[in-house]
Amino acid sequence: MSYSVNGSVTEAEPRPGQCLRTFLRENGWLGVKKGCDAGDCGACTVWLDGEPVHSCITPAFRARGLAVTTIEGLGTAEALHPMQQAFLDAQGFQCGFCTAGMIMTAAALDQGQKADLPAALKGNLCRCTGYRAIADAIDGHVHADGTRNLGAPAGPAVVTGAARFTADVAPAGLLHVKLLRSPHAHARVVAFHRTAALTVPGVVAILSHEDAPAALFSTGRHEIDTDDPFDTRIFDCVMRFRGQRVAAVVAESEAAAEAGCRALVVDYEVLPAVLDPEAAMAPGAPLLHADKGEGAGIHDPSRNVVAEFHSEIGDTEAGFAAADAVHEGTYRSQRVQHAHLETHCAIAWTDPDGSLSVRTSTQVPFLTRRALAGLLGLPLDRVRVFCERVGGGFGGKQEMLVEDVAALAALRTGRPVKLELTREEQFTSTTTRHPIAVGIRIGARRDGTLTAIALRAVSDTGAYGNHAGGVLHHGCGESIAVYNVPAKKVEGFAVYTNNVPAGAFRGYGLSQIIFAVESAIDELACRLGIDPVEMRRRNIIRPGDLMIGTSTDQGDVEYGSYGLDQCLNLVENALVRGAALPAPSGDWATGRGVALSMIHTIPPRGHIAEAAITLRSDGRFHLRVGTAEFGNGSTTTHQQIAAEVLAAVPGDILIRQSDTDGGGHDTGAYGSTGLVVAGRAVLRAAEDLRARLLAEAANLYGPTSWRLTAGAVVDGPRRLPLSDLAARAEAAAIRIEGTGRFDGTPRSIAFNVQGFRVAVHRVTGAIRILQSVQAADAGYVVNPMQCRGQVEGGVAQAIGAALYEHLDIDDEGRVTTPVFRAYHIPAFADVPRTEVLFAETHDRLGPLGAKSMSESPFNPVAPALANAVRDATGVRFTALPLAADRIFEALSDLKAPRAPVLASGTARPSGLV
Amino acid sequence: MDLNSIVDVIERPDRGALADWQPGDAWLGGGTWLFSEPQPDLNRLLDLRGFGWTPLAADADGLTISATCRIADLERFLAPPEWQAAGLIPLCCRALLGSFKVWNGATVGGNICLALPAGPITALATALDAACLIWGRDGDREQSVTDLVIGAGRTSLAPGEILRQIRLPAAALRRRAAFRQISLTPQGRSGALLIGTRDRDRTFRLTVTASTTRPLVFAYPALPDRATLLGDLAALPDDLLFEDVHGRRAWRRVVMAHLAGEILDELAAS
Repeated sequence: MSYSVNGSVTEAEPRPGQCLRTFLRENGWLGVKKGCDAGDCGACTVWLDGEPVHSCITPAFRARGLAVTTIEGLGTAEALHPMQQAFLDAQGFQCGFCTAGMIMTAAALDQGQKADLPAALKGNLCRCTGYRAIADAIDGHVHADGTRNLGAPAGPAVVTGAARFTADVAPAGLLHVKLLRSPHAHARVVAFHRTAALTVPGVVAILSHEDAPAALFSTGRHEIDTDDPFDTRIFDCVMRFRGQRVAAVVAESEAAAEAGCRALVVDYEVLPAVLDPEAAMAPGAPLLHADKGEGAGIHDPSRNVVAEFHSEIGDTEAGFAAADAVHEGTYRSQRVQHAHLETHCAIAWTDPDGSLSVRTSTQVPFLTRRALAGLLGLPLDRVRVFCERVGGGFGGKQEMLVEDVAALAALRTGRPVKLELTREEQFTSTTTRHPIAVGIRIGARRDGTLTAIALRAVSDTGAYGNHAGGVLHHGCGESIAVYNVPAKKVEGFAVYTNNVPAGAFRGYGLSQIIFAVESAIDELACRLGIDPVEMRRRNIIRPGDLMIGTSTDQGDVEYGSYGLDQCLNLVENALVRGAALPAPSGDWATGRGVALSMIHTIPPRGHIAEAAITLRSDGRFHLRVGTAEFGNGSTTTHQQIAAEVLAAVPGDILIRQSDTDGGGHDTGAYGSTGLVVAGRAVLRAAEDLRARLLAEAANLYGPTSWRLTAGAVVDGPRRLPLSDLAARAEAAAIRIEGTGRFDGTPRSIAFNVQGFRVAVHRVTGAIRILQSVQAADAGYVVNPMQCRGQVEGGVAQAIGAALYEHLDIDDEGRVTTPVFRAYHIPAFADVPRTEVLFAETHDRLGPLGAKSMSESPFNPVAPALANAVRDATGVRFTALPLAADRIFEALSDLKAPRAPVLASGTARPSGLV
Repeated sequence: MDLNSIVDVIERPDRGALADWQPGDAWLGGGTWLFSEPQPDLNRLLDLRGFGWTPLAADADGLTISATCRIADLERFLAPPEWQAAGLIPLCCRALLGSFKVWNGATVGGNICLALPAGPITALATALDAACLIWGRDGDREQSVTDLVIGAGRTSLAPGEILRQIRLPAAALRRRAAFRQISLTPQGRSGALLIGTRDRDRTFRLTVTASTTRPLVFAYPALPDRATLLGDLAALPDDLLFEDVHGRRAWRRVVMAHLAGEILDELAAS
């Protein structure tokens, strides 16, 4: 018996313990994705004789004799299945990594299941969209209109499974890497015993600190390398967290590499570990990076402090003395993981000339190239880093976490090498959001005027300091700069511990500090009897006000536009209009909450994008940009911007992106810069090209009044098709190219306001979101459909962090939530519909008047929820997540008599059988 | 995920395989759990489907469900109208954390033998007095679910033993039943899953799962008053209350009592 996939028969036999997912991929069906490899996420969904299954938990041999259907067999670009068309019409995807599995599931639903999508889709996780667009696809709504609501250029490839993510290539002779990871939170490697591992069949090489360059770097990538401390080695002889890479085994197959890891014997000297940042700063604590020198950029290695700052602007003690009410509390944000569905993956190879290529899943190809070249001692022009489609990032891929190992292994073996992390490794060994404890003191007069605010923020950066300083600085900036307060004091400490490292994560510190600030202001409003929206109105900055966080220096930040007042009004009105859902019947308390946030539209200290656009011989345009597409939709806006300037249809703008071989430079896709920085470079390039086209027409045919229209330059009755112009230019050996660059300065500000109405069950602590509304000040909204999706996705991800998610670490440094079954990211059932409203502003600094709107929608969500819960229950929650069991505990503490009397007796219950 | 340490699959085992069982062997049901976690200590799979058991068989005396019956097949079972308690079947299937796609692989026996406190088929089988037929190397034996599932992730199965089938007696299927389930997230793993049944002879049984480390049954000759029932639940020692990332112990204790009260109310209504 043989295997039949999409009607084609293979005689290949799976290995005994092989799952169907990898068997299908090995046979070329690369639309079948690995999101979790554990049956939780559904990205690998295929049909067996028409029944959908998770192929990662289906033994491959069980498919023998059955008809297997993958996304490639459902429909093609020329003949889409109706569900594929529906996902295109509603743009029911962002990064697209979950999409094949989502469509394979949706296309198998019967009418009853379609009527209950929360249940029907519980086996399909999407980290990008927040599910509204997916629901709309399944419900048959059409949003993409080909004009302003342009669909993503990659859409047809995404819905057919043809879009190539990092692992979706199979170079001949590919080797595989598995990493041996530290079993200790803090230890020194004393000895390696490689012999047994090297005799494992298929093992080709073993790499450890003995084989790696000694150079220090940071996995965190920024335009300016010194923004992060130099505290990391490719392989180190000191293990600073449980899960740190000890060694790499390179082998002919993943199985052989795994066996090699099991056979590798390492002797450790276990060192004392410290897992709490306050304890880590205390005298006598184990030191993580005492071996680092002056130039490493670590603030104080003798106290485990990687970054520290103190500022006081105004007289806070006088401010508190003048206050009629003071609130003081410590607000804690937990450790959460990005959970982009595509795990980190890189494939590296060398060319005969010795140059290195790395195909990878990154937000920062150019910065990764620079890091690799530096570490491996290669000239920059001998290293190419590129990505095709990236399966989500959220900041997690603003790090170099796999590329260095793949590159080192490729250089060592001379063969192509792949390193693809497992979902478990994502949780135990990559990065997380920084847990931050924020001590806050805030005072106000009776009329609500704030008099002083003082913050003491302590972030746990884990074993390495990637993004530690940046996240903490950023968090303490816009969060308080949005308020006029005469006295502001900030103390910040980013502290090493022996936990899994923290890194960049959507919001970049703001969400954690804003949770404290917006909760505290709400608490003051409650105490003073002032409406929480009104309380904010009385204190927010207005155009012309200084924006003061930890400095009075405004730097390059300006009021390019201002829509915060509109956002507050929009959310207030929506909450007054009323809830989308009625309160459930039963013992539920209801409440409302709001919170606001501000963000700089561009990261500080330089963010560079270069773009080039050329006229092709067929009269279409070829646009080259460096920034990466990971579902943020920047590519769509680039197409729209270029098309508008060049009077072209968007489909005639062909884009090559995120490839260092394309030339130019790009800092990368982080800080919501895809539109406001790279888009500005595209705009300039397109304007440059338009001018050149007209100049070339004038050059060829005389200087009259040529203008650009669709596919041609025209001058009165004269019409010169662009293809002709291209041909003539080519004949004359003239390259018609426009270039554009933007350095990311000056910068503007954007705002988000979130409102919730919730019901809280007085016994069980369950929360139901009855209404969710977010107003966004995005300037001119280039693509409303897509921008709405960014807001919805940000709200959904933040709801996960506010209600459900917590990456737990036990007292030995072990991550105890390494699978999606334990680390619950929002599924369809967990996310309410969010009404998205846009302020009407036009930013004088942004391209076409646009502002950034990708990471910021995340930021006000947790405090808005906590404020709504406070309104409903009277309990102020100072720690996240607001999980039902934790809410219950607080409620039962509050009113013990209400809870059933449940003494924990030891007598055998009378009725127990 | 690939189980790379597996070197052999016995696709058509017979009862002789019970005698032949050795460390490193694992019985393969649907594979939906086995393939969801690394299994570095396993090197051989024995496919229970190779026995070719009939998934479901109903007769006047009750319902026999093979261990290899898929959740999907169980969920689609159409019961005779007098088997009122069969309404629990789709409810318990839907309480599975896994999606309906997992139902297409996961088996009844797998859910029970995994012995997760939140296992909804364990709850179903317990509430309906299932008799579990166990095949061992030295013959067969029959056990109740509460004797088979003895702790979180623990069963009384000896190495190599298999659950062959469960049999739900018609008398249990004729009971009135009430079902309550709660989890920390709307479709999440159960923090408490309780089933109450009421017999024609007025016997009231309350099956408690998910909130406790193993399934518990409380039986009363008639509907107990609320204080009695809640008092009995409250008397459970802490070490019987389950705690993990899907719910803290104190919360489980309270929601268990809350749901028990709701079940009592529902079954008290005539």
